[in-house]
Amino acid sequence: MDTIFLQVLNGLDKGGAYALIALGLTLVFGTLGVVNFAHGAIFMLGAFCAVSFNQLLTMSKKVKDESITFFEAFKEQPYLEIWFGDTGTMIIDYSVPISLVLAVPVMLVIGLVMERGLIRHFYKRSHAEQILFTFGMAIVLQEIIKSIFGANPIPAPAPDIVSGSAAIGAAIGLGDSVVYPWWRLIYLAFAAIVIGAVFAFLKLTTFGMVVRAGIHDKETVGLLGINIERRFTIIFGLAAVVSGLAGVMYAPILPPDYHLGMDFLVLSFVVVVVGGMGSLEGAVAAGFLLGILQSFASMNEIKSILPGIDQIIIYLVAVVILLVRPRGLMGKKGVMED
Amino acid sequence: MSNTVLEVKNVLKTFGGLKALNDLNLTVKEGTVHAIIGPNGAGKSTMLNVCIGQLTPDTGSVTFNGEMITGKKPFEINQAGISRVFQTPAIFEDLTILQNVMVPALASRDGDFTFNAFKSLQKENDLEEEAMKFLQEVSLEDQAHNLAGSMSRGNKRRLELAMCLIQHPKLLLLDEPTAGMARHDTNRTIDTLKKIKEGGMTKIIIEHDMHVVFSIADRISVLAQGTIIAEGTPDEIRGNPKVQEAYLGGAHL
Amino acid sequence: MNKLKMMPEWLIMVVFAAAILTMPIWMSPLGAAYPDLLQKFAIFGVFAIGYNILFGLTGYLSFGHAAFLGVGSYTAVWSFKLLTMNVLPAIFFSVLFAGVFAAIIGFISLRRSGIYFSILTLAFAQMSYNLAYSVLTPITNGETGLQLERDDPRIFDTAVTEGLPTTELFGLSMSGYSGFYVCAAFLIIAFYVSLRIFRSPFGLKLRAIKSNQTRMRYTGYSTRPYLLTAFVISGMYAGLAGSLMAVTDPLAGAERMQWTASGEVVLMTILGGVGTLIGPLLGVGIIKYFENIFSAINETVLHGFFDFLPSWLQEFMVFITSPFVGEGWHLTLGILFMLIVAFLPGGIMEGIDKIKSKFSKSSGQSDDSTTEAVREGA
Repeated sequence: MDTIFLQVLNGLDKGGAYALIALGLTLVFGTLGVVNFAHGAIFMLGAFCAVSFNQLLTMSKKVKDESITFFEAFKEQPYLEIWFGDTGTMIIDYSVPISLVLAVPVMLVIGLVMERGLIRHFYKRSHAEQILFTFGMAIVLQEIIKSIFGANPIPAPAPDIVSGSAAIGAAIGLGDSVVYPWWRLIYLAFAAIVIGAVFAFLKLTTFGMVVRAGIHDKETVGLLGINIERRFTIIFGLAAVVSGLAGVMYAPILPPDYHLGMDFLVLSFVVVVVGGMGSLEGAVAAGFLLGILQSFASMNEIKSILPGIDQIIIYLVAVVILLVRPRGLMGKKGVMED
Repeated sequence: MSNTVLEVKNVLKTFGGLKALNDLNLTVKEGTVHAIIGPNGAGKSTMLNVCIGQLTPDTGSVTFNGEMITGKKPFEINQAGISRVFQTPAIFEDLTILQNVMVPALASRDGDFTFNAFKSLQKENDLEEEAMKFLQEVSLEDQAHNLAGSMSRGNKRRLELAMCLIQHPKLLLLDEPTAGMARHDTNRTIDTLKKIKEGGMTKIIIEHDMHVVFSIADRISVLAQGTIIAEGTPDEIRGNPKVQEAYLGGAHL
Repeated sequence: MNKLKMMPEWLIMVVFAAAILTMPIWMSPLGAAYPDLLQKFAIFGVFAIGYNILFGLTGYLSFGHAAFLGVGSYTAVWSFKLLTMNVLPAIFFSVLFAGVFAAIIGFISLRRSGIYFSILTLAFAQMSYNLAYSVLTPITNGETGLQLERDDPRIFDTAVTEGLPTTELFGLSMSGYSGFYVCAAFLIIAFYVSLRIFRSPFGLKLRAIKSNQTRMRYTGYSTRPYLLTAFVISGMYAGLAGSLMAVTDPLAGAERMQWTASGEVVLMTILGGVGTLIGPLLGVGIIKYFENIFSAINETVLHGFFDFLPSWLQEFMVFITSPFVGEGWHLTLGILFMLIVAFLPGGIMEGIDKIKSKFSKSSGQSDDSTTEAVREGA
């Protein structure tokens, strides 16, 4: 029971990341009709937002280490600490949550520039050409990050206060052995909030209504005299922000490196296809579903029966779903079928 | 003349709650040009779709030369001898006009699958000659080496006709072969159709242009609301008051 | 078709073989005439030619071909370990296994088309890659990669007493130029087969499928067997390329199976010109050549390069250009790729055609160049 609970939790929070990326991917695909292979790179850029903000805050200079008295010792002390003392230390400690706020405008700008400057010209091209172009874009973005930050993963730690584990077992009566990292719980909550916000935005605002109508029938909406192009730009920006934030929050879980985006891209495409191309609900559901499946497949009990299953479970599910339910779990008819 | 080529029996096809074909029965005799007319939405194209295996009927059957073809795959039905000209031209836009005609010719010769990857196309002189002959039939021979996608819509339709004719089908289905064509092109197409009529090929033609229908059809069936309401020779149909009411709204032909 | 002055096959083959076999000579002024690089040209050439048979002729975009490359390499190394160091059995079994593997994956993946097909092939490639790293370690030797060992059985060879045995073809060692000539021979054969396919009725049908698959079905073709055949052939090419990699350097690692490796062959094919006969080879040549040149450039070289400029400008130029060379070669490649897809989707071959048609508007159709003839007549 305890293990099952933990695995579900584990899966939900891995699934949260999948769902967030897949949500953005589907949003872009559903509205703009663009298959964006650079979407994983946006996630990666988000993670590096956290990294670079962290590095910015911890810019430091050599100062004399007063704690060592019997010889002259120096240590690196961040400027923030020198200037603001304890407040500075605290700001550094909270660099990841703070960079969340900063990442919003940054990712929005990146998204808008990408769409206006590049993606826009590919609306009318074939899906194969879109894939190839955005694939090239993904390479460029990851190489830029590589040339700035190097090839090694760079950690961006979570605030100290949540760096430990939560004794959730004791809290809900499952036994003290059930503990779970705080930050992962926060990630799960964060994913739920963002997903909720995106859905609320799409369901409750007029803007969202038009966008959903556009997903359903682009031509008709265009005929109604609504400037759908401008909304597309905003949607692309929104998708970039969602994935970017997902990346920021993921940095403390997995120190990001330059090919983080490619790793997640493949997975999130699989998620989108399983959920059904163009279905937002499907993407979210499939994200969580695959996350849970994967975390169960990684259990030793399962692995001993089916060796290697944890490595392939997601792809296997994708293959089976594509073969028996070509439109995915919740896909609509006629999307991407030639 | 009296052999039955195609027999559609009690075919029912529904889309959602809508009965597109409602207990449809049709018999087409060998060597005839059988026109299907009827108002928009009467189920004419649906009927052709059922005949070529694009749609499977809910109930009922289609028999071709005594053989059941309901449930067969489109390529099997084509190999059995039915070719179709679609309402919107379905050609290979990225190939040359000549290649467009050679592909169906190869289908008739090689069957549904042949792995002839080491044969040279350049040595297929007979095939090419025949393709050129059929292009002459629709007067496209001087453009044979141009890309098919660059042609006008009317030319594309004529090309598609040649693509079907080169297969020497036992039954040719024509879905509004002159729709959207200029008068001049329409007349040329009628001429081509008349010429192949003399060849004795059985044809089903869906057409709105009564000028075309009455100049080439041997028999006419009138389809309304998914079922045949009248059938006969052009003269009989012309004089049939039921047809005039259902289809022509009382106007005189 | 016969009205076009198409270059006869034998002439193409003579020119092609001469060009490939003399590469050590004409590549030397370009500074690229060393065996290692030449072998790469030939091997990736085989890979890209084969990929083009699928993607170029049928339009099916596979992201899974790296898996076949990997299967080819593993099979070849196993052949070296178990049977003999002679390369012929290794190549034979590699092509065979890759073909069987491709038949299985193709059979399943081809049940879907468009992006679903791409995702299916991607999923299979990732599964192979992940498994090669984990549970298949007894076969693949996991992260270390599969290598030769002195005490391998090698049932047809006499035991080696010291060092590791080297791959050979009836006594001819496969290192250096002889390795290149063996790869080149296979490239020439591979090119010939591809030429025949391009100019065959089969090739025409594949192109017709790319153009309008629905029409093909109503024209009496069972399209899936055609697609599967093309898929298997291109998988066998990938297997051949993988085995040649092992022939020139007898080890096999899982990273060869990663989907980004499939991306690389897509890139080469697109850059040169999808669906043209020699386009993919041009793509391979350009990418491998510049990879070699650009990767070798470092800041010192750049400083030398901008030596003639005033020092502040020199610093500036070095600062600007250095991210694009050396380690940053992939950045240049990515940008190049974006530009090509955006402005020249037909690749370099399309560019050549465009330039040519500008110069010879009057000659029009009866252009007897290879590119035109191939495009029109194959």
